[in-house]
Formats: sequence, structure tokens, C-alpha cells
Amino acid sequence: MSIPLNTKHTLSVLVENKPGVLARIAGLFSRRGFNIDSLAVGPTEHPEVSRMTIVVDVEQSPLEQVTKQLNKLVEVIKIVELDGAASINRELMLVKVRADVDARGQVLDAVQLFRAKVVDVATDAITIQAVGNADKLADLLRVLEPFGIRELVQSGMVAIGRGSRSISERTLRPVTIPAPPAVGG
Amino acid sequence: MSEQVTGAQSLIRSLEAAGTTEIFGIPGGAILPAYDPLMDSSIRHILVRHEQGAGHAAQGYAAATGRVGVCMATSGPGATNLVTPLADAHMDSVPIVAVTGQVGAAAIGTDAFQEADIRGITMPITKHNFLVTDPAEIPRTVAEAFYIASTGRPGPVLVDVAKSALQAMTTYAWPGELNLPGYRPVTRPHSKQIREAARLILESRRPVLYVGGGVIRARAAQELRVLAELTGMPVLTTLMARGAFPDSHPQHLGMPGMHGTVAAVAGMQKSDLIISLGARFDDRVTGNLDSFAPGAKVIHADIDPAEIGKNRAVDVPIVGDCREVISDLVVALKAEADAGRTGDYEAWIAFLAGIKKTYPLGYDRPSDGSLAPQYVLERLGAIAGPEAVYAAGVGQHQMWAAQFVGYEHPNTWINSGGLGTMGYAVPAAMGAKVGRPDATVWAIDGDGCFQMTNQELATCAINDIPIKVAVINNESLGMVRQWQSLFYNERYSNTDLHSKRIPDFVKLADAYGCVGLACESPDDVDATINKAMEINDVPVVVDFRVHRDAMVWPMVAAGTSNDEIKYARDLAPKFDDDADVELRA
Repeated sequence: MSIPLNTKHTLSVLVENKPGVLARIAGLFSRRGFNIDSLAVGPTEHPEVSRMTIVVDVEQSPLEQVTKQLNKLVEVIKIVELDGAASINRELMLVKVRADVDARGQVLDAVQLFRAKVVDVATDAITIQAVGNADKLADLLRVLEPFGIRELVQSGMVAIGRGSRSISERTLRPVTIPAPPAVGG
Repeated sequence: MSEQVTGAQSLIRSLEAAGTTEIFGIPGGAILPAYDPLMDSSIRHILVRHEQGAGHAAQGYAAATGRVGVCMATSGPGATNLVTPLADAHMDSVPIVAVTGQVGAAAIGTDAFQEADIRGITMPITKHNFLVTDPAEIPRTVAEAFYIASTGRPGPVLVDVAKSALQAMTTYAWPGELNLPGYRPVTRPHSKQIREAARLILESRRPVLYVGGGVIRARAAQELRVLAELTGMPVLTTLMARGAFPDSHPQHLGMPGMHGTVAAVAGMQKSDLIISLGARFDDRVTGNLDSFAPGAKVIHADIDPAEIGKNRAVDVPIVGDCREVISDLVVALKAEADAGRTGDYEAWIAFLAGIKKTYPLGYDRPSDGSLAPQYVLERLGAIAGPEAVYAAGVGQHQMWAAQFVGYEHPNTWINSGGLGTMGYAVPAAMGAKVGRPDATVWAIDGDGCFQMTNQELATCAINDIPIKVAVINNESLGMVRQWQSLFYNERYSNTDLHSKRIPDFVKLADAYGCVGLACESPDDVDATINKAMEINDVPVVVDFRVHRDAMVWPMVAAGTSNDEIKYARDLAPKFDDDADVELRA
């Protein structure tokens, strides 16, 4: 059995918080034929900057093209590839599981084992919130599956590097370019 | 307190402040407010007949002058008609700014009359684009658009302005500084990479300078010549770089690629070091990538890091402006030369000189005495000379123009290289003539291309833009017909245009207020060209009625290896054997 090469890469992309940025990035991936596994966007500590966490499924040399092409977008400020071991990555999952009175106890056991949380209860179902990396959430789902999954929703992955360094603080100092002087006054 | 102006006034003032002196455009509902202050502006607006013409004219203007070309159109169909020129400018790195009107901000997204999401449509085919709904943003947006279009790797920028923003009152203030945190093109090459490149150049025995359009955009032709003459390395210029190095120069091997010279193609294939300057290893140059220049190391210099290593693995990547890269290479190699270290390319130069002599560009005169298209271009180049500007369409005539006119200066050869846009020549020549009114400007067009955009002859005649048009009329979509001859058993499906019958190009020229001339005998070519050269007050159209079966040679068939180059039909040059013998020596 051959060991599959790890082709998943997590990119943290700082972008200007302007209309259309998401469309630019999504369009770039589709027209250059790069596969996105997941994409999550949200605000950062700077109101004018958003951060995207993009998981791409490519080998090393196309990955270089992905980052170079992304960097060409005027509104992309910085791209950092987060190494799995040196970063924390999390996804959020909300899952509605069939759980009548007989099954509820077993479902709640699973919730406890995975340090998940029950966020809603109905007579024949409960809704569970779980946070973790992709493997942990997949494991939880495997345990819940026999009870019957009625509905499932998952966020894209968000990730941050370990330690005290920040990818944003130094990059986001304002850089101004002198504008070309107006012609004719 | 700043003076209150309308958004439209602010737009026109901003365009003036950015240095715009000419705009090619057509008004319409959404852009209408901007056309009112334009009447009082110092900017000359040239009313074209189709927005595509405005876009290509802006491209031709930019390509001939190096300045940013500007075009303007209304919303919806006006804007979508700019899509082809924007895509073309994006492929060929031409600095243009397109200003379009958009429906009022409140109507955006409602499928209003003449609404099209032109910002969304042009995202993949512009370097950057903007939608402005706040009139206060107009000056800063225009300043950013010109800055982005003209710096780094140049390209098209679209500014879409909502009609409501043009009509609203605002204040005008040209920005003192721009804030583009994600836009920082690297122009200074890294000194370590320059040293490494110099080392490879000295070590190599079979180097070639592979010169692309970036050298022209970076205004680096002079520096290139210094580098070439300092080292003695052979030079080849791509379709986009014709004129970056004089065709008359003994070190010049010509154009590489699908219709390149045998010497230039051999120069790549047999090379041990390709020094790529502002070129991008396009498929029309490399042929089949797996068998392209198998023994060559690669130094790849480009201002766009994404081009480096995109198609061909690289040994020394250099990110930087071509002029700075070449200047730094000259300094480094001069220092080496002063220390007595120079490259030994003697056997290589002799080998390529042999190939160049054995396989020069050539063509057969038709046996029936009819006109060879290549002869027309050869004579046109000789008579109009290297100071003239030549703008071509796309197809056989474009390749013959690239091969046979002869270029000595940058910015004198203008064509649609990457996108391959038929119909480019007439409007691009119009733009070039507006940008360089003192130069003779020839559009070299095919009869197919000419019928796509010749409505701009009206614009030229009315606005005193006396371009000259050489229509190479083989009454066919000639390049497609050539492929049908070679690869489809001479089954000529839908390539016969009957253009020697309909339309009558001489009458058409006359109808447009131009002088129309026709020529179908080799004996009349010089006299006809001379006559066209003497007419300088109105545009001239010459219908060169040429033999329809002429083909473009040499040729590397699409997708095949450069080693499979055919010098003429069923005639493969034998540079392989020669190389083994001579290069071993």
C-alpha cells in the first residue's frame, strides 16, 4: 500500500475588506483550475482587513502558482501557508441527530466523549455543536451515523499559527505611495 | 473649502490630472453626464464607430507611445463591447484605462436598462477593476487606475462609474498619496540572482537571449543591445518583441516559435542556456513543452513572479523590471570581462550562422505570375522603412508582416499576440497614429480581419487620422485555410470569403472618404506603395490581391515538438545532424 502524498495546504490570506474580493478569489481558483477544499472568511483585528483561510488540494509546484496568482490580485495583501504542526486549525459543525428517548442516552455519551455540546433538543432529535479539526469531526460523525443524521452543516476551516508571532501586525502598517503629481496643476 | 463640482466634472478633471490627452469612446445613457464637461476639457475625444475600436485604439496608442491609452463607453452593451480589447490588453500587458458608465447606484442589480455587471465580467481579463458609486472616490480611483495600469507588469484597468455618482455634487481633490497595501511590484532585481545568472552565462557554451515583449514595455531595447554586444550572445525576439533588437543586427536570429526562423528555433532547441527577458514561454514559442530545449538551463527574468516557472522549470529566477535586470547583468558581466572572464561561444555562433545561411526566411513566387503576399510585405517594409509604425491583424498576414517587414526600433510593431484578435489592425493603427501623428502608420490587415473593424475608417477620415491600410486580400480566412490544407485534406470548410468579389475594397475606401487603391501584379507593388506613401491628408486603403494558396513557413505544427519544424511543406531542416558534428568540435 502506498502512502498518499499530502496535497492539502492551508493558506491564510489577508485581503482588503472591499466588495468583490471573494468573487475575485473564487474566480481565480476556478479559471486556473485549482481545487478549493474549503474557504472561510471573516474580519480581523483590523477593520479594513479580512482574513481568508483556504484549504487547497494541489501538489507543491501548482501551489506555488496558486500563491503567485493570488498575490497578483491587487486586494490581496499577504499569503502565508500554515504548516499543520505549527498551527491550530478548527472547523465548526452543527449536526441534527435522530434521538428518541431510547437512543438519547447513547447520543449524549458520544457528545461527552468528543467534548461536543448539545445546542437544541426536540422530542425525537437533538442538535449537536462540535468544534475541532477535520479528523475529530469525521470521527464524531462516524459515531453518530448509526443513530441517523437528519441534517448536517459545517464551516470551512479557520487556522492560526502557534506562538506569539502574528502574520498581520507587521504587514498591516499603512504603506502609502506618493501619487503621481496632477498634470497641468 | 474646496469647490463643489459634479462627479462628472470630477471624473474629467481627474483624467486630465492623470495626464490624459486623448480618449477614444462613444457616449450613451449612463456615461452621458461625463460627456458634458468633456466638451470644455483639454482632452481630445475621438468619437469612434464601435467600442471595440475605442479599446483597440487605446491599445495601439499605448503600444506606440508607452503612455496609458484611455477609452470610454457607456453601460451595458457599450461596456461589453470593450471586453475583447480588455482581454487583449491583459494578454499582451498593454497599459490602458477603460472608463465605463454604470446605471445609477440604486438601480444596480435590478436588471435595469443597459445594465451589465461589467466589473464582474471583466475581473478575469483586467489587471484590476473598480466600481465607483461614491462621487468622492472618483479622483483617488482614477489615480489608482493609472498607477496600476502603468506600473509593474502593465495591463488594463477598468473604472465603472455609476451614473448617480456622475450626477451628484462632490468636491474634487487629486490625492497626494495612494494606499494600495496589496500592490507592491518588485522592480529591482536581487543582486545574488544577478551574480548567479552572470556565472551561468560565462559557463555556458550555447546561450541565447530569448527576448519577449517585456523588454519593449520596460523600454529596455538600448540596454539589451549593450548586453548582446558585450557578450556576443545570439538574440531572438518573440512576436511581441519584434523591434526590441534590430533585425539588421548580425547577432539577431529572428523570431522563435510556430512560424519562427529555423535559426531561432534551433537556437532554442540546441541551447544549453536560455536567458529569458520579459518573455513567458508561450505555447506558440515552445511547441510541445516536454521536448522544448531539452538541454537548456533557464534564467528567467520577469516583473511578474507568476510567469517564472509557470511553464518551464527555472534555474535562476529573477524578479524585476527588464531594464534594471539587463543593466545589472551588463554591470556584472563587464566586471567579469575586465577581469578577463568572458564566455566562449565561438562554435555556437558559427553553428547558428550556418543554419541562418542555409535556412533563411524565403518564399516562392507563384508560377502563374500572381502576387505573393510575402513580396508585398517585403516591399512595404523596404519602402515605408523602419521608422514607420506597423499594426497587424491576426493570421497569415500578421506572420508575414512579422517575418518580412524588418524592424529596427521598439514600439514600431504592434499586434495582438496573446489573444489573437482578428480586427485589431485598423483601430490599433488609428490609436498609434493619434499617439504619434508624425509617424507613418501602416495597418497590415487580412481581408477577413479588415471586415471586422473597418468602420473605424470613418473615424480616421473625419478626425484627420491619415493611416494607411494594406489589405492582404487572399479572399480567405487564410491561416485557417492553411491548416485545412495541411491537416484537413484540403477540405476548405467555411474559409472562402470571396473578398475579391464582395465587397469592393476600393469603393469601400472611397465611401469612407479614404483613397482606395488596388494592386494585383508584382510589377505594380512599388508604384502602389509609393503612391500610398504620398497621400498624407486622408487615410489610404490598398487592396493587395494576392495568391490565395501562399502559406506561412517555417512551421511547427501545434502541439508538436520544435524539433519537427518544417522549413517548407514536407521539408525538414537538418540542424540535428549539424549540431552533433559541429558542436562536438
